Amino acid sequence: MCLAIPGQVMEIVDEEHNLARVDVAGVRRNVNVGLLVGDGNDVRAGDWVLIHVGFALSKVDEEEAHATLALLKQLGEAYESELEELKASIIE
Amino acid sequence: MKYVDEYRDAELGRVLASEIVATVVPGRHYKIMEVCGGHTHTIYKHGVDDLLPENVELVHGPGCPVCVIPMGRVDDGIAIARRQEVILTCFGDMMRVPGGSGSFLEAKAENADIRMVYSPLDALRIARENPDREVVFFAVGFETTAPSTALTLKRAKADGVPNFTVVSNHVTIVPPLRALLESPDLRLDGFIGPGHVSTVVGARPFEFIPADYNRPVVISGFEPLDLLQSVHMVLAQLAEGRCEVENQYSRVVPYEGNPAALAVLREVFELRPHFEWRGLGFISHSGLKLSEAYRDYDAELRFDVPGVRVADPKACQCGEVLKGVIKPWECKVFGTACTPERPIGTCMVSSEGACAAYYNYGRFAREREVV
Ligand code: SF4
Repeated sequence: MCLAIPGQVMEIVDEEHNLARVDVAGVRRNVNVGLLVGDGNDVRAGDWVLIHVGFALSKVDEEEAHATLALLKQLGEAYESELEELKASIIE
Repeated sequence: MKYVDEYRDAELGRVLASEIVATVVPGRHYKIMEVCGGHTHTIYKHGVDDLLPENVELVHGPGCPVCVIPMGRVDDGIAIARRQEVILTCFGDMMRVPGGSGSFLEAKAENADIRMVYSPLDALRIARENPDREVVFFAVGFETTAPSTALTLKRAKADGVPNFTVVSNHVTIVPPLRALLESPDLRLDGFIGPGHVSTVVGARPFEFIPADYNRPVVISGFEPLDLLQSVHMVLAQLAEGRCEVENQYSRVVPYEGNPAALAVLREVFELRPHFEWRGLGFISHSGLKLSEAYRDYDAELRFDVPGVRVADPKACQCGEVLKGVIKPWECKVFGTACTPERPIGTCMVSSEGACAAYYNYGRFAREREVV
């Protein structure tokens, strides 16, 4: 749970509840982007975000996202199990 | 420089390492604390400390949220989980944290309905799917994680989900740092500030460290190069007689933090008068409980919890590890009675814990040879 993993926003699926579909290393799940709305800088399809326990914590640029992913992959087990937990997640 | 070739930019790694050597005063010993467990992980995994001169020592701080949960809170969670009507939900990292009478994993084996979730929103979904059960989320985490619990509670309240409650074990990062700075057994020269917590709280809350305690702070990213650069920035401040909060991770951390996250924290939580930390004891104004407006969602009010304080096992030296007073391998049970499979202390449980990070990367064998 301590990790923040980068994912790319595919689409906003539920505007009212701030839910977006994201792609995290090929895994597509819903996350909440409510912490990133309201500053006139709302999340859009194509944006990269750091995701922590099902919530987007901050926006990052694409280069940062790829560098972070590469770093996480090297972590091995901690990263694998985080991805497994994400796969089991159904946020609606 | 065994590891540096694996870095994203090995050349930059070498340059930073030699700049660090050029910045330190020979004969002076430097102790720099990395607050965040994620940093501890990177340091061990990538051998960042191997690139530092001998007189620069990195000590590991209290920034692993699972490691600081005291035994009594685990017992409280188990007491709630044993009720027939309850489904207790928690992050996977919590499952093996030992309480006074076993862990969640052991309670689950004895038929308590305890389920791992990825997100508090998954716990809320389980509550909707099980209207005849009470679904309790056992929340842990610093300000990085607390806004997620807060937004989940807002949603539960807005939708009127009556069978969802939270045990809040959320903690805040500043009070334990202040406690460490007040503690006489630890002399620190500077801090590597936490990256993810700071995306929420910003850099400003750390200004008390240079202002009141005359120590530099550098908020750092998680790559080995980030950490090398941050160590260099701390050392450069010391060399130049400066003392301030610098933000090495400004590409992700805004100096003022995340206003939406801070606003929802203020709405849903309030500070407890004091909260117990494993190994560190009670620290005032360091824990978050649900605010008055959310009292209906507070599991500690809905259910009877024992609320008993349980002393840490005698053999356990997690407190000293969390304060950076000893290195993990200096604990007598490290790697023998205490392993990630059968942890005695919490630092061995989460992959962010200093003991687990040491153990997993086989560092202890090497360190022991040197000593
Ligand atoms: S080895 Fe185990 S008991 Fe000792 S400090 Fe580490 S986690 Fe705690």
